Amino acid sequence: MNTSYFISLITAIFIGGAAGYVGSLMATKKMSLVGDVLSHIALPGIGLGLLYGINISLGALASLILGIMLIWILSLKTELSMESLVGVVFVLSLAVGFLITPQEELLDALFGNISTVALSDAIAAVFISIVVFIAARMIYSKMMLAYVSEDLALASGVKINKYNLIYLFLIAAVVAFGIKVGGTLLTSAMIIVPAAVARNASRNMRQYSLLSVIVGIASAIVGFAVFPFLAERFGLSFVAIGPVIILVSIVFFAVSLLFKKR
Amino acid sequence: MIDNKEEKLLEPAVITPQAVIPPRHPMSGEGVEIILEVKNLTVSFGEEKVVDNLSFSLKKGENVAIMGPNGAGKTVLLKALLGILPYQGEIKWSENAKISYVPQKILPEKNLPLSVEEFFRMKKAGREQAKEALSSVGITDERFLKKMIGMISSGQLQRVIVAWGLIGNPNVLLFDEPTAGIDIGGEETIFNLLNKIEKERNLSIILVTHDMSVVYGFADSVLCLNKKLICHGSPAEALGQDSLKKIYGEGVTFYKHEH
Repeated sequence: MNTSYFISLITAIFIGGAAGYVGSLMATKKMSLVGDVLSHIALPGIGLGLLYGINISLGALASLILGIMLIWILSLKTELSMESLVGVVFVLSLAVGFLITPQEELLDALFGNISTVALSDAIAAVFISIVVFIAARMIYSKMMLAYVSEDLALASGVKINKYNLIYLFLIAAVVAFGIKVGGTLLTSAMIIVPAAVARNASRNMRQYSLLSVIVGIASAIVGFAVFPFLAERFGLSFVAIGPVIILVSIVFFAVSLLFKKR
Repeated sequence: MIDNKEEKLLEPAVITPQAVIPPRHPMSGEGVEIILEVKNLTVSFGEEKVVDNLSFSLKKGENVAIMGPNGAGKTVLLKALLGILPYQGEIKWSENAKISYVPQKILPEKNLPLSVEEFFRMKKAGREQAKEALSSVGITDERFLKKMIGMISSGQLQRVIVAWGLIGNPNVLLFDEPTAGIDIGGEETIFNLLNKIEKERNLSIILVTHDMSVVYGFADSVLCLNKKLICHGSPAEALGQDSLKKIYGEGVTFYKHEH
């Protein structure tokens, strides 16, 4: 096992866990739509990063923060729903992203290329994952209360708008630093799938959040474990490990359907 | 029907101790602690004034029913009192008021991964506190704490949110239409339940309701609302034929049973 492989594994584990955890906060249909498309807003930033040789995670982060602020301001000014605004900003980002991302790098931007993860990227990813995890834990129960009833949450002094914004930033951080692992398309899967698995199999919030993290981490580990066999059998390059991790999480999802409560 | 009549109705009815049906907690006019004072309260959504220049005050321990037709601004008034809607004017709660809110209904998604116990923990209530509050609303089965919040019946859910409101020992409960078409199950009505809670815990209840029997049996005073304040006084006075016409229009009568 070479160092680069090990660095990639660590990155994938931490990003997988953090993505699973923040993903579990998208406990309602409404929020999961938002999270789904949010990661694609990173694309123009990745394109610019590639064009000008800046770290693509930083480019992605800048682009996500700009996009979120845009959605935020529009939602306060227009009273349009968050979902439709995210949709608009999403297609805008996609169009701009495709125009500015160099053609040969487009695949990496969309699907990730874990072999480009450097030691500094890994350290940043671990650090950001821990910060995201702690912050998400702090807002977790308040966000859940808002899902039960916005009125109850507001009456209990929960500033829903503020928490939503914090939450979007947490997703942005995970996406930005997970982008080398999974690209924009697959990072959103890393956020959505573990929570979906956990939701099928859990009866309360503790089980649900724990299982989301576990599935996120396990997908990364199992993905790395089975990859050498798949690579040998099908002649895959190391680039394909992101998609393999996602497929593993989908297998978990299929299994979780068996546990689905009636 | 009610348009343009409101101008004449701005004077709230005067509360007299010699009302036909005396308040259940007779209080002398002096020396009674005022727990809430509202002055010139206006809440607007855009151009529209949903609550228009409302002024009234409530005494400690008083149970108040807020009545009015749909769209009269009842829920909006409650939310303004809670401070979760922006408003103009003045809302002054007394310093020792501990307010709790019971919303009209909550609709958690069926498979929301949240247990009843965890729902209570969101209000910093441990297992024992949750059990105690639940027993106040007639739920004594301990296994109930483990149930998923989206899976319990709407009647049980109504009881749970009332119990949730009781956490932290509030002395004012704001109920938004607790009867709203919900059968809470068993022999008990939400009205019995409110009475029981009020006696056990000695608190003021402000509730929005359409149910006249609740108003007569439960409230010390009534506040009728149709964007503006139409009447304010004891149920018998405030809900005389004239006031009823003014809030709901012609043709509404309520036959009070004399016992």
